Amino acid sequence: MDQFLQQLVNGISLGSIYALIALGYTMVYGIIKLINFAHGDIYMIGAYIGFAVTTYAKLGFVPALIISMVLCAILGIIIEKVAYKPLRNSSRIAVLITAIGMSLLLEYIMMFFVGAGVRSFPKVLSDSLFYISNITIKMQQIYIVITTVVLMVILQFIVNKTKIGKAMRAVSTDKDAAQLMGIKVDNTISFTFAIGSALAGAAGVLVGIYYNSIDPLMGMMPGLKAFVAAVFGGIGNIPGAMIGGLVIGLLETFVSGYGNSMYRDAAVFAFLIIILIIKPSGLLGKNTKEKV
Amino acid sequence: MSLLSVEKLTKSFGGLTAVSNVNMKIEKGELVGLIGPNGAGKTTLFNLLTGVYVPSSGSIKLNIDGNEKELGGLKSYNVTKAGLARTFQNIRLFKDLTVLDNIRIAMHQNVKYGLTSAFFRSNKFYEEEVRLMKEAEQLLDIFKLTHKKNELAKNLPYGEQRHLEIVRAMATKPVILLLDEPAAGMNPNETLELTNTIAQIRKDFNLTVLLIEHDMSLVMKICERLYVLDYGTLIASGAPSEVRTNKRVIEAYLGEDV
Amino acid sequence: MKVLNKKNIITLVLILVFYSVIQGLISARVINSFYEITIATICINIILAVSLNLVTGFTGQFSLGHAGFMSIGAYAGALTVMNTNSTMGFLAGVLIGAIAAAFVGIIIGIPTLRLKGDYLAIATLGMAEIIRVVFLNMNDITNGAAGLNGIPRYANWLWLFVFTAVTLILINNFIKSSLGRACISIREDEIAAESMGINTTKYKVMAFSIGAFFAGIAGALYSSYFYFIKPDLFGFMKSIDILVIVVFGGMGSITGSIIAAIVLAVVTTFLQSFAALRMIFYALLLIIIMIFRPQGLLGTKEITDLFKFKKKSEKIE
Repeated sequence: MDQFLQQLVNGISLGSIYALIALGYTMVYGIIKLINFAHGDIYMIGAYIGFAVTTYAKLGFVPALIISMVLCAILGIIIEKVAYKPLRNSSRIAVLITAIGMSLLLEYIMMFFVGAGVRSFPKVLSDSLFYISNITIKMQQIYIVITTVVLMVILQFIVNKTKIGKAMRAVSTDKDAAQLMGIKVDNTISFTFAIGSALAGAAGVLVGIYYNSIDPLMGMMPGLKAFVAAVFGGIGNIPGAMIGGLVIGLLETFVSGYGNSMYRDAAVFAFLIIILIIKPSGLLGKNTKEKV
Repeated sequence: MSLLSVEKLTKSFGGLTAVSNVNMKIEKGELVGLIGPNGAGKTTLFNLLTGVYVPSSGSIKLNIDGNEKELGGLKSYNVTKAGLARTFQNIRLFKDLTVLDNIRIAMHQNVKYGLTSAFFRSNKFYEEEVRLMKEAEQLLDIFKLTHKKNELAKNLPYGEQRHLEIVRAMATKPVILLLDEPAAGMNPNETLELTNTIAQIRKDFNLTVLLIEHDMSLVMKICERLYVLDYGTLIASGAPSEVRTNKRVIEAYLGEDV
Repeated sequence: MKVLNKKNIITLVLILVFYSVIQGLISARVINSFYEITIATICINIILAVSLNLVTGFTGQFSLGHAGFMSIGAYAGALTVMNTNSTMGFLAGVLIGAIAAAFVGIIIGIPTLRLKGDYLAIATLGMAEIIRVVFLNMNDITNGAAGLNGIPRYANWLWLFVFTAVTLILINNFIKSSLGRACISIREDEIAAESMGINTTKYKVMAFSIGAFFAGIAGALYSSYFYFIKPDLFGFMKSIDILVIVVFGGMGSITGSIIAAIVLAVVTTFLQSFAALRMIFYALLLIIIMIFRPQGLLGTKEITDLFKFKKKSEKIE
């Protein structure tokens, strides 16, 4: 029982991070039907920004988080404008390949400048531990969960209560109709990229603090897993991505805890394939069928 | 026994019943029209007949010379093998392939060589490819497309694209040809050519044709019998002259208060 | 209309001449061992790219897991040749590797090929990752993450050339057959293909497993030529490497893949000492091609089409 609860705690904190990344995937997919492969790498860059801010500028957790989110948002907008916007009317495969190219570009540009080595994050949060009977909870895990919840509440507010949020929902339902209704589609898409990237940036900082090590290829696997989370929740669906992130986090920690940690990546992908075959629209997604 | 008998065919999507309790009989050699206002369920009915959708209930029976076959629930390619070929409302040619390849692909189901022959180019491969080419050229010749055979389908003018879709459906050697709004978007000249093509198909190939059409003048002119669909149910059937004066049909097309 | 027609004889003569010229250059040491490695890489990459092109370029099924099939061939081939240590054993290994990969291709293809576009891409990526993790964990057989070392080298220019030529001929024959046209029709319009009597699932799985078969051959050749394999060599990045060749050459062009494999291998050789730069170059190449020439170098055309001024009516000899 104790081990179960311990895995639950670890799973929730890992899952929160996946959920933050998954939100970016799901929002971007919802609006332009693109699996933004580069999203995991924005998260990596977010981690490096957090690293630079805490190490060289000696700032604390909150400023690091905010600076990283802002810079990642700007990076997200630039990537969209440079690489994806020219392909707005191309085939989806072409855009997907571009996204893969973008992902590689970010990874290897980082590798070129900062080297392939692993860097360790400075201690910006207390690493004190709590014990509830035999379960260990790290202070950092609490920070992760609190940060995630706060960001998600803000996101829900933006999407559901603000004008730009309404525009986002309109564009994701029907881009052409939204345009005819006077919504600035390009701006809305940029804004979506900005928010998604900011969340990935936040996830990057949190992961850097939690695992205490970052490297240029760190975004690849979590990026893919966050995508699995988004698909599980129903791609394009924001609450779905949150639930999906938690489920993937839990799945991974339980496979590691009870089975073999070497199989945890395989378990996530096997899970993906099973969802895609049984219910490709995901937990909360809508079914769409091509019209004949 | 009719060539095609549809009994109590129903299709619902969630709570919406798109086609409800439809009964139809089509005899060999007939040219039957399926008409109805927008959203009446005509294309859904077509999709049920051709295996794109699985019926919620009811049956579709094809009877070729006493061999009866249930088509409901079959995959589209098996429906095509059984003898039903179709065209699409929004043209679905293999756009980036030549006219000839469009035809040869439709003939694929009758090709009698397998993977090994394809890999190693056995004599069977050459025999079959020559036969295929000959039959494709014959077909293109009959339908006056020979001069276009190496053009890409997407480069044909609109009317010819629709024409090619019909020829491609013919290449599957069907017993019944289903045409989904073949005259949509055509100018009067193209419509006239279409009328000739349909007449030619019936004369030369002795085919049975079911067509959905919006162009009433065309339907009234060429169809021998009509079925009228409204809100997913059949509201009338019979010869064009009867249907034309049917009160329910007029209501369906023009609204209640006429 | 016979197997020994004019066209086939000319092709055969060209193949033999090409082989002898390179063999002569190797014997005369004009091509040193460093360039020989580049040539081997080109051969293996051609097999990989053309087989992926069959799946992605011709049949239109976007796969990001081709390296997974390569790894099956590599391990099966390596284990066979290590246990037999003879040329026959090597050839048997190539065949076993190819058949094993094709078999896995069928098993994987049947469920995943129901998916479309980007979903299929992710599912195939996931499948390849699962294959990698399985090899990583089969310690007794595959020696885990450390990999297999000291695989006997039976793959030489002769065998690399033979397998590349055979792959090209067989895949070309397949594509230009009625079965190949059925595959292409799926790329063009799956619903229309199905309505024209084509069992699309069957042909998707067929193309996928043929692609896997040849990727298996490439893997077996790789393991024997480079005498060392480990699971990490066949990760996501390897699949991307192959995809870059296909996209650059043109999805749906065999000659395009050949040219791209050669060009990229040469570029890689020159960028050897700058590994990070090579990947930046690849990444930029992908993005720039997609923005400015999404159909790749040759699109769906073949290089031979460019020499026909006006395409005469197709002939079958």
